[in-house]
Amino acid sequence: MSTLFSKANKEALTSPLNLNNPVVVQVLGICSALAVTAQLEPAIVMGLSVTIITAFSNLIISLIRNSIPNRIRIIVQLVVVAALVTIVSQVLKAFAYDVSVQLSVYVGLIITNCILMGRLEAFAMMNKPWPSFLDGIGNGIGYAIILIIVGFFRELLGAGTLLGLQVVPQWCYDHGYVNNGMMTMPAMSLILVGCVIWAHRAYNKDLQ
Amino acid sequence: MEHLISLFVRSIFVDNMIFAFFLGMCSYLAVSKTVKTALGLGVAVTFVLLITVPVDYLLQVYVLGPNCLVEGVDLSFLSFILFIAVIAAMVQLVEMIVERFSPSLYAALGIFLPLIAVNCAIMGASLFMQQRITMPDTNSQAITGIWDAVAYALGSGIGWLLAITCLAAIREKMAYTDVPKPLQGLGITFITVGLMAMAFMCFSGLNL
Repeated sequence: MSTLFSKANKEALTSPLNLNNPVVVQVLGICSALAVTAQLEPAIVMGLSVTIITAFSNLIISLIRNSIPNRIRIIVQLVVVAALVTIVSQVLKAFAYDVSVQLSVYVGLIITNCILMGRLEAFAMMNKPWPSFLDGIGNGIGYAIILIIVGFFRELLGAGTLLGLQVVPQWCYDHGYVNNGMMTMPAMSLILVGCVIWAHRAYNKDLQ
Repeated sequence: MEHLISLFVRSIFVDNMIFAFFLGMCSYLAVSKTVKTALGLGVAVTFVLLITVPVDYLLQVYVLGPNCLVEGVDLSFLSFILFIAVIAAMVQLVEMIVERFSPSLYAALGIFLPLIAVNCAIMGASLFMQQRITMPDTNSQAITGIWDAVAYALGSGIGWLLAITCLAAIREKMAYTDVPKPLQGLGITFITVGLMAMAFMCFSGLNL
């Protein structure tokens, strides 16, 4: 048990959460991070789906890493990822139809999410299955955290709700508070992510 | 003909890949440091789009759609894997052409040339095309035939090219400005793209 959670393994799991975050430090997987965050619920579902897919694609590629010919490795990786994404997309359609309609093409676009290819190339191709699995979970959660932060602010300021429940009380509206409709527009998510990066770099001085 | 032109113009300005859907963000942010390389990547992306979207359209209509191969069988769930295979093969081809005819561009684009395969803009265009086939003919976004698919691909490609060239030009100028330290680099780039996206929102009322 102690070898399963050795220091190196713990690091593979926790470093993507902060200092090595896939979105704000490595700049991977931006496309979907911006597009699905108008509300909190799709952001959470997207974060979960990506975590599951990164973890298992890392595991599978790491298991077969020694038998993949180097020249065609990208295609092999893409096929593994595409198969996993197909499964997740079908599961979402069956059990969470509303959310899958909201996410529309962005579920399919997990295939081309740079986090997946980046982690497969940089980590799973040269590490054992168990650390690769942890690395996948870590990076997926690191991605999910940013999505949830952005989704939280966009839904709170844009619609006054969280997960569809009203949180800004009615008396605020009575006294002239107005929802910021701009927040629901795609342009604001870019600026919010820019601000998250700003705050993150101001806090972690060595990243500047 | 009218529908074709409308689709083309709409896909450049209104449904711009970058500003409306955030597709292809990773390479967009990474390769937009100088105008020259940005233009080269933009042309390569446009070329790949122009080939893959019509090919994927034919695949969707004649192989994958409901009742195409066998009566009563809908193979749409295989579309992720098939589309990505077409894209990966095309990118390989483009890579060989660029290497043969423009070694300097090949060196400048570096890793981002093979990464066009995982550029969300390419996969995204195919998935949007798949969605738009089912739209009614009267909708100005509908794709009703192979020429519509070509116009949509060309428009999306040019929209992407326009966006990356603009950002590269702004970033070349921005090198001389005084930006707060934690915001430098990535942070300010995000905010710039956000402002550009807001500017592009004026086109959303465009009706042809």
